[in-house]
Amino acid sequence: MTENILEMKNITMTFPGVKALSDVTLNVERGEIHAICGENGAGKSTLMKVLSGVYPHGTYEGDVVFENQSVAFHNLRDSERLGIVIIHQELALSPHLSIAENIFLNNEIKKNGLVNWNKTNQEAQILMAKVGLSEDPNTPVKNIGVGKQQLVEIAKALSKRVKLLILDEPTAALNDADSEHLLDLLRQFKSQGLTSIIISHKLNEIAAIADKTTIIRDGQVIETLDMKKDSVDQERIIKGMVGREMNNRYPSREPNIGEEIFRVEDWTVHHPDDKARVVVDHASLNVRAGEIVGLAGIMGAGRTEFARSVFGRSWGIDISGKVFLKGKELQLKTVSDAIKAGIAYSTEDRKRFGLNLIDDIKRNISLASLDQFTKRGLVNANEEYKVASEYRTSMNIKAPSPNSIVGKLSGGNQQKVVLSQWINVNPDILILDEPTRGIDVGAKYEIYTIIQELAAQGKAVLVISSELSELLGICDRVYAIAEGVITGEVERKDFSPELLMKYMTMTKEATHV
Amino acid sequence: MSKVSEKVNGPIDNLRARLAGVDLRQNAIFIALLALIALFAITSPGHTSITPDNWSNLVVQNGYILVLAIGMVMVIIAGHIDLSVGSVACFIGAAAGILAVRPLEQHGWAWLPKIPWYVALLGAILIGALVGMWQGFWIAYVGIPAFIVTLAGMLLFRGLALVLLQSTNIGPYPDSFRLIGNGFVDKANELGGVLGVKNYNAAALVITAVSVVALLLQSFTTRRGRIRYKQTVEPRTWFFVKNIILATMIAYVGFQLSQANGIPWTLVLLVVLVIIYTTVMKKTTFGRHIYAIGGNLHAAVLSGINVRRVNFWLFVNMGALAALSGVLVVARLNYAVPKAGDGFELEAISSVFIGGASVQGGVGTVTGSMVGGMIQGILGNGMNLNSIGTEYQMTTKGLVLLLAVAFDVWSKKRTK
Repeated sequence: MTENILEMKNITMTFPGVKALSDVTLNVERGEIHAICGENGAGKSTLMKVLSGVYPHGTYEGDVVFENQSVAFHNLRDSERLGIVIIHQELALSPHLSIAENIFLNNEIKKNGLVNWNKTNQEAQILMAKVGLSEDPNTPVKNIGVGKQQLVEIAKALSKRVKLLILDEPTAALNDADSEHLLDLLRQFKSQGLTSIIISHKLNEIAAIADKTTIIRDGQVIETLDMKKDSVDQERIIKGMVGREMNNRYPSREPNIGEEIFRVEDWTVHHPDDKARVVVDHASLNVRAGEIVGLAGIMGAGRTEFARSVFGRSWGIDISGKVFLKGKELQLKTVSDAIKAGIAYSTEDRKRFGLNLIDDIKRNISLASLDQFTKRGLVNANEEYKVASEYRTSMNIKAPSPNSIVGKLSGGNQQKVVLSQWINVNPDILILDEPTRGIDVGAKYEIYTIIQELAAQGKAVLVISSELSELLGICDRVYAIAEGVITGEVERKDFSPELLMKYMTMTKEATHV
Repeated sequence: MSKVSEKVNGPIDNLRARLAGVDLRQNAIFIALLALIALFAITSPGHTSITPDNWSNLVVQNGYILVLAIGMVMVIIAGHIDLSVGSVACFIGAAAGILAVRPLEQHGWAWLPKIPWYVALLGAILIGALVGMWQGFWIAYVGIPAFIVTLAGMLLFRGLALVLLQSTNIGPYPDSFRLIGNGFVDKANELGGVLGVKNYNAAALVITAVSVVALLLQSFTTRRGRIRYKQTVEPRTWFFVKNIILATMIAYVGFQLSQANGIPWTLVLLVVLVIIYTTVMKKTTFGRHIYAIGGNLHAAVLSGINVRRVNFWLFVNMGALAALSGVLVVARLNYAVPKAGDGFELEAISSVFIGGASVQGGVGTVTGSMVGGMIQGILGNGMNLNSIGTEYQMTTKGLVLLLAVAFDVWSKKRTK
């Protein structure tokens, strides 16, 4: 019988009007990887904030016992001192500082009150080696990819002599290769005795890595599954999370495919910061009416860059190639041109690029189609309200009113607002970039249903995603893109994850031969 | 039993329930303004702060800041700032002098074409728009932050103003030109003569009555429209209380002004500008694009908004309004002087922030900024009447700005 490194006993946390956690008990054994699953808003993050001292002792009921000591943290520093380190989904790195500076931020190696840079860089290099980073420790963090930034965060945690590492959605922004590396790293740490708690929506990763999985729903622990004993699969976890058997994670599909609507030929885009870099390389694809087409690629493969450059040249320089809509060639110089022509693009990063978070639902929905609401130069706010109310009902946006501020909604509901915005411009083709990123299983299903309805109305839909299972679940056809080159095209009848993964990981040399 | 206790708690609970839908933050500043008026009405020696003449003074003294605040709130909502408006106002005052005054002077200026005063006035505003195009070009199309461009503009246009002034003052301005900053609607009370009203300026009474009716009509139609679309509206009690207070305020000030020289043209101009710009910000795509850009620039770009064009025209507009402000200053002072407009930018910016705008952009209203400007104006005026020195006036104004924004931050946190 191994000992528990952490015991959270009967934790109850009440916010005005809501019981965020109710009598939650969580035991984590020393040296295990413990996954926590639950839909968005189930209480996972709240529980971790209690554990790390973000919600100080006294704001919650119950006991936190760490290494057999009852602890009372008042802030993050208190918990870090004992070796509990949390890495948030949104990385807390300073982009202009170097890797070494970030690792030792607020924990500087000093000599006589001054920072000892030689020692700092040397120590940094040792920590970086542990997480598999071979960069110069002086490299500014903004110059390395998200995957590597995540590793810097982990190196930073190691520098604090971490005993319990908490990762909140560590792979949400990572491509499959980077995710794989991260998971390997966690396994390696585990063999060295480090305990980890991992919060994730990616159930395949949990199934692959976790020793135990605790499922939280509506602020309560539903169950803790022993992954080895119970031979737990993804369906089993999903059942616990949603409280029902979800036999089908994707709505059934009966496509009704018509004429070709959208075609891109020979599309080439160069990087705006580095003209010599070809980001999209002679890519061609087409989408037909009523068809859902996937664009699969790992992050950095040029998927978003392809979409945004097509969408009124909102990304990239030296763009060449042709775009056709219903057989007519388009000249798209601005986003406005693209929208008017009948193209809609919903971004992969709704908070940064998609929504005005401080404004309300109705004005976010109308933003790209204000002309519809304008008569004699004046916008009719009442009409906006009416249209937004209709979307609130039809898209099942959970919010008190169309006047609710978008920033206060959950990720899934925000995504529905983004989709409403683009559906309302009434486009012929919708390009949906990572439409289900960071949202829970239930909301995902709703989004898939919306996508199907759009196709059923005869629209062409292009879905960009790094989740292969999602594309295989909803698409009629999938293109794979790697290093800016379209490496393959697979029809639904030939769908297999292995085949697509092969195309997605092809290198340039291989494709040009 | 329960019925009795309900009755005891009734009125308070009732009031609380009725006020539940009231936006505290928006209304607090307006209540602060009323409190300030009341405070000075009590403390000023001989209650001079609420005499007809003082009301009249308040309007003409603060008009040029309020005009600037209209342009400034738009600039700030879009996430920019304009530090140059004081210098631009001074520059335009001098330019207006070249257009309107110099040709009238005998020695050496006879070669300038004599143009009617209104052409000079429009010319001055056109020059202001050109100044705005200059700054808008650097900000929108070259991509230099507005802070830098307008900091440079602050020096640049102050310098150019001095060049135009050639280290003298320009003036006096023609009387018709001065009307806009110094004149009153029917000052001679000819309408009063016709109607047989002698002790009150009849035009002022008529304009006030029309304004009150227009305000109430506007409020009711807006509310009706919202109800027709099944939107939530302010609680009815609050709606009535608010509109009655507003209408009373207007009626009171109008009545006071009718006992002085009547309604200042500056006030007419301001009201027209506030109506126009409130409409622009709330009901036109241009206004909505400004909010969208300030709220999330990236999202605005990807929604097809031509951000450069919006930014450019924002600064053209600011330039034109700064010019109007400069015209009001020279019209009132009768001379264009090198120090004119000194510190205006700071007063306009304070007005906007006291009025509830956010430093991050995306938030703010024209009417809020007007209330913010009036709070500052009444503070200054009231303290003058109480013979409080400049040192304490500055200290107080600084604290008021800080506390107003602190209240904003606090109330935002509370609603989270």
